[in-house]
Amino acid sequence: MTSTTSTTSPISAISTRRILTPEMVAKIEALAPRYPTRRALTLPALHIVNDALAYVPLEAVVEVAQLLGLAPAEVQDTLSFYAFFPQDKPAGRTRAWVCRSISCALRGGEQVLDHICRTAGIEPGGTTADGALTVEPAECLGACDFAPCMLAGKTLHKNLTPESAEAFVRDARARTASSS
Amino acid sequence: MVTSQPVLLEAVGVPDGHSLQSYRSRGGYAPLERILKEKQPVDVIDLVKASGLRGRGGAGFPTGLKWTFLPKDHPGPIYLCINADESEPGTFNNRILMEDDPHQVIEGIILSAYATRATTAYLYLRYEYPQSWDRLQAAIDEAYAAGLLGKNILGGSFSLDLYLHRGAAAYICGEETGLIESLEGKRAWPRIKPPFPAIEGLFRKPTVVNNIETMACVAQIARRGVDWFRSIGVPADPNNPRDPGSYGPKLYCLSGHVERPGCYEAPLGITARQLIEGQGGGVWKGRKAKAVIPGGISMGLLTEAELDTPLDFAGPGKVGCLGLGTAAVVVIDDTVSIVDFLHNSCRFFAHESCGQCTPCREGTAWSLRMLERIRAGKGRLKDLELLAEIGNTMGMMPGSTICGLADGAAWPIKNAIKKFRGEFEDYIKHSNPNGWMVTDAVRALPVINGH
Ligand SMILES: Cc1cc2nc3c(=O)[nH]c(=O)nc-3n(C[C@H](O)[C@H](O)[C@H](O)COP(=O)(O)O)c2cc1C
Ligand code: SF4
Ligand code: FES
Repeated sequence: MTSTTSTTSPISAISTRRILTPEMVAKIEALAPRYPTRRALTLPALHIVNDALAYVPLEAVVEVAQLLGLAPAEVQDTLSFYAFFPQDKPAGRTRAWVCRSISCALRGGEQVLDHICRTAGIEPGGTTADGALTVEPAECLGACDFAPCMLAGKTLHKNLTPESAEAFVRDARARTASSS
Repeated sequence: MVTSQPVLLEAVGVPDGHSLQSYRSRGGYAPLERILKEKQPVDVIDLVKASGLRGRGGAGFPTGLKWTFLPKDHPGPIYLCINADESEPGTFNNRILMEDDPHQVIEGIILSAYATRATTAYLYLRYEYPQSWDRLQAAIDEAYAAGLLGKNILGGSFSLDLYLHRGAAAYICGEETGLIESLEGKRAWPRIKPPFPAIEGLFRKPTVVNNIETMACVAQIARRGVDWFRSIGVPADPNNPRDPGSYGPKLYCLSGHVERPGCYEAPLGITARQLIEGQGGGVWKGRKAKAVIPGGISMGLLTEAELDTPLDFAGPGKVGCLGLGTAAVVVIDDTVSIVDFLHNSCRFFAHESCGQCTPCREGTAWSLRMLERIRAGKGRLKDLELLAEIGNTMGMMPGSTICGLADGAAWPIKNAIKKFRGEFEDYIKHSNPNGWMVTDAVRALPVINGH
């Protein structure tokens, strides 16, 4: 079909709003030879999107499904099972998981979670208004030798105290303030 | 205190112990080289069988025997899945092995793949271990560069690819068929067995699932031999033909109320008390233990009086626990309310149940609601009967569920109520002086953060 009008067609309007960048697609495709099915790329693909955007919006689910030759519902079904990928809005710049399982709880993990949330002014699962920090309760992080502990991004924070928890929130906020 | 030179943990504290060069300097990969040259896959299976190695992932199934369940002369592919989902509360030994000695794990994987004729291995790593991911990926890259992975390993005819696959924070991905479903890109709903993975597993092909520590043991058996492995641990009970014994060293994870939490290597069969008082430096703050989890939260509880129980595959079961599990020993001191312990446990399982089986989905959620109610001062003695009933009806043992998560949820409930009933009754009577004897139905409280 040839178009002589200068108005943008709805189709191209959608295609310019693609969420998956060529870099993300390349990263996903680079993993394809590892698996005998395209569907096995679902979790790796969701991680790649989430690493880049800090969430996986529904549009991205549709695009991942197209890329992998799946129905969007199949990808959404998998995604929703894990309750790990935010979908409504990006997680904070730092995403922190505070352990509440038994070994940490025995050493004050739940108080640390409370304390961090209070210092940050959010409920567990919430994100600060400046977008600096998301705090979520976590089950055992496999670091019970350092209880109570928290994983923030890729950093494990060991043997937390109310003081170190407060300092952590302050630092997360300061990083965002200085970069914006 | 039982002491022995650490073997599985020999790289801990060694500068650059995670590098290929360091691993080689300790004798690593020489056994692999020798075996690939001189032995057939079946010889490796026989070696592991003869060692008596039992899987370290929780169920304690004999590793060599599991490998023989693969179909003979299958045209392939056969898959090896390495289970590094390690999410059982209290457990962190896989993390230490992957971070401090990744090549020991990789050598075990290559040997196991050779034995099972697998040509692709996937290592399913929980999301929460970014440091393990980086260490493993670096070690895998070194191994490929050194010709230890990839096509025609060490110039021979055997080829193997090893890939890391990242989880997304769900405990059930540790259950072997949940892991397989998750790897296939689906929700991690455990499969109904049979067929077992050995017959129809990943991508519907024959599959073996083994734990990280099991892989490390395979590497050490290849290096040090069957006699060495069998000289450690607890021999099979001659009066029980169904007891395969508990051979070899084991990584015990000590945490909770101990002076020195940590991962300690000890012969299978060390008692909980020896571990806590020796390696652990005693219960913290000079207090007494009220209860001890013997092997991850799913296993139930030992009382202080039961602390001399040997932590081998048979020991914890003799005092009413589910088993040795992951050998994660969590100490709970005498200031802790057992009600709070059980609430924490029930919340974990309510959160992690995958929701496929009604007894598990409803049982874990209901038990959490009851514990919330008891803690809110609205408990009734009748709740203890109801909790015990839930504990007795959900799980693979009563035959009502697809996987063992429900058994793991049931055991802490059953053990806590049986072994600490008096404390529950006191708590309920004191916190609900006017309503503890009520028996009619009550309204649930809103529950936060369980689903
Ligand atoms: C709910 C549940 C969770 C499990 N989680 C793990 C785990 O995180 N890591 C693991 O190795 N095994 C886990 N297992 C046991 C596995 O199903 C399987 O038995 C084990 O990985 C086999 O390896 P092994 O024979 O080397 O022990 C779990 C089992 C159940 C029922
Ligand atoms: S027992 Fe529980 S976790 Fe296991 S399959 Fe059934 S519902 Fe899922
Ligand atoms: S219980 Fe918190 S890290 Fe294990």
